Amino acid sequence: MKPNLILHVVAKFLIPLIILFALYVQFHGDFGPGGGFQAGVIFSAALILYSLVFGLDAAEQIIPPQWLRILAALGVVIYAGVGVITLLLGGNYLDYSLLGSSQIAGQHLGILLVELGVGITVAAVMLIIFFAFAGRGRT
Amino acid sequence: MGNNISLLLVVIPLIAAPVVAVLPRGRLPWAVALLVTSLCAVLAGMQLWAVLYDGVISYELGGWAPPWGIEYRIDAVNAFVALIVAAIAAITLPYALLSVEQEIPEEKIPLFYSALLLCLTGLLGITQTGDIFNVFVFLEISALSSYALISLGRERQALTSAYQYLIMGTIGATFFLIGVGLIYSQTGTLNMQDMATILPGVAHLKTVDTGFAFIMIGIALKLALFPLHLWLPNAYTYAPSVVTVFLAATATKVAVYVMLRILFTVFPHSFALATPAEELFIMAGIASIIVASTYAIYQVDVKKLLAYSSVAQIGYMALGIGFASATGVTAALIHLFNHALMKGALFMAVGAIIYRIGACRMDQIHGLGRAMPWTFGAIVIGGLSLIGVPGTAGFISKWYLVSAALEQEAWISVAVILFGSLLAVVYMGKLIEALYFKPATDSEKEVTEAPLLLLAPTWVLVFANIYFGLDTNLTVGLAETAAATLGVVNP
Repeated sequence: MKPNLILHVVAKFLIPLIILFALYVQFHGDFGPGGGFQAGVIFSAALILYSLVFGLDAAEQIIPPQWLRILAALGVVIYAGVGVITLLLGGNYLDYSLLGSSQIAGQHLGILLVELGVGITVAAVMLIIFFAFAGRGRT
Repeated sequence: MGNNISLLLVVIPLIAAPVVAVLPRGRLPWAVALLVTSLCAVLAGMQLWAVLYDGVISYELGGWAPPWGIEYRIDAVNAFVALIVAAIAAITLPYALLSVEQEIPEEKIPLFYSALLLCLTGLLGITQTGDIFNVFVFLEISALSSYALISLGRERQALTSAYQYLIMGTIGATFFLIGVGLIYSQTGTLNMQDMATILPGVAHLKTVDTGFAFIMIGIALKLALFPLHLWLPNAYTYAPSVVTVFLAATATKVAVYVMLRILFTVFPHSFALATPAEELFIMAGIASIIVASTYAIYQVDVKKLLAYSSVAQIGYMALGIGFASATGVTAALIHLFNHALMKGALFMAVGAIIYRIGACRMDQIHGLGRAMPWTFGAIVIGGLSLIGVPGTAGFISKWYLVSAALEQEAWISVAVILFGSLLAVVYMGKLIEALYFKPATDSEKEVTEAPLLLLAPTWVLVFANIYFGLDTNLTVGLAETAAATLGVVNP
């Protein structure tokens, strides 16, 4: 890919900010607007920008496609797994109150973990979709 | 712990699906899927047992009490349907091993089983939940995974038929959601039990009428009720054999359950009676029996023939629902169970033919019945059951359906049910003629009987067809209990 100085500099400047914003939306989601889905999409947008500017091969070196499949699965397992943990603690499925010392702490931790699972899966699936389309006819 | 059964039925396949997706190639994904579906079948059996002896199960997700939280509410109706779905999945999985290895590219096999488990999650979820929005979510889970499953078919048409199903399925789901939204705006609740207590008070509103109409049309699309059935024949024809078996025996059945639940539990009985819904069901049922059966006669692709026959069978269930009597709903539920058995057996047998010769057009299967006697036997018995010959499960459904029609003195319906059986004689006869009585085409390679792993599940279903045709205590008893749970009475 022909290097384009302006694009490279701007992208290198923007990508960390986008990722930071994604993490903010992810972990501040229980106080402000946000949550796992939005954060996952923003996070994947950073990597999609990277692959648009630096090329698909460079992007695939950062995140190999076979990892993405594992990450996509991992997020769902985290979500469902939180439910199983609450079951094992003797409560109902996804009853977060049991996760912490108090009900509020438990609810807080529970939603954080579940949204983390959502975020991981959404980011991974967005990238899988992008790579699937961008990689068409390459091999 | 007892109540957790209902939850585990949904959660186990849900967790297994992502795990299977990342397993290495080989037979491990299949083994895990087999284990999970068998476990689900056992759990569904235990759940039905618990419901019959201890009454309704209610499970609060996340510990939030209904009607605010999501509630899983299981009575005799959904426990019955959940058992059908889980049992069919457990019987399909042993069959899947060889068939999938032949039809699906090797690198996609883990993803295939993952999608199949997700589809099972969705279908079981629909049967378990007592929350109408949750029904929509699970409807989408099962639908999205089935689009993916259908698109994995061997022929290129699989892609277009999956796309066609995607469009129609999405319209159906959207209509359902619009209807739920309209009713939510008037009742302020999504819990079906709660909705049922509030709806009589607001039933006179036009918004509720509109919501009811949207929901009915939405599910009718999912159900493939004539004339909204156009997605079904192609989807079933071009899907991989295993997917056809699984979807034909479960997906439309679950849609029938949702229809029954909303018509009889969520809405007050007087409401549905005041709308033309019942008459429309009877008309659509009659039309689909006659039109789809006639279409089936002219098909050259065996899978398409059986798919059109499925549309006709949905017509029988619609008739049963349309009668809105205890006998009618009992007949619909019995047919729901029996049709899963007969179509499961027939599609499995056809899948075995595809496994051997790689195709199933009428002119390619001439004389195969002599080379594959066991497969042929399964098709004959499955066909007899489809026609409704005494001694098979199909006879029981037809018997109850005709009784329900006679009770209402619906002579046209009686005539149509019997005429539909005659049409089934014609199309199954055509299939059997091609398989057995036509001289074998000059096939260069010798065709042998299908492997045991394909035949055994097929024959389990074939024997079930005979067993439930002779011993009706289980099916009829369950269906009558379920109809009573829905609160339908004979007028």
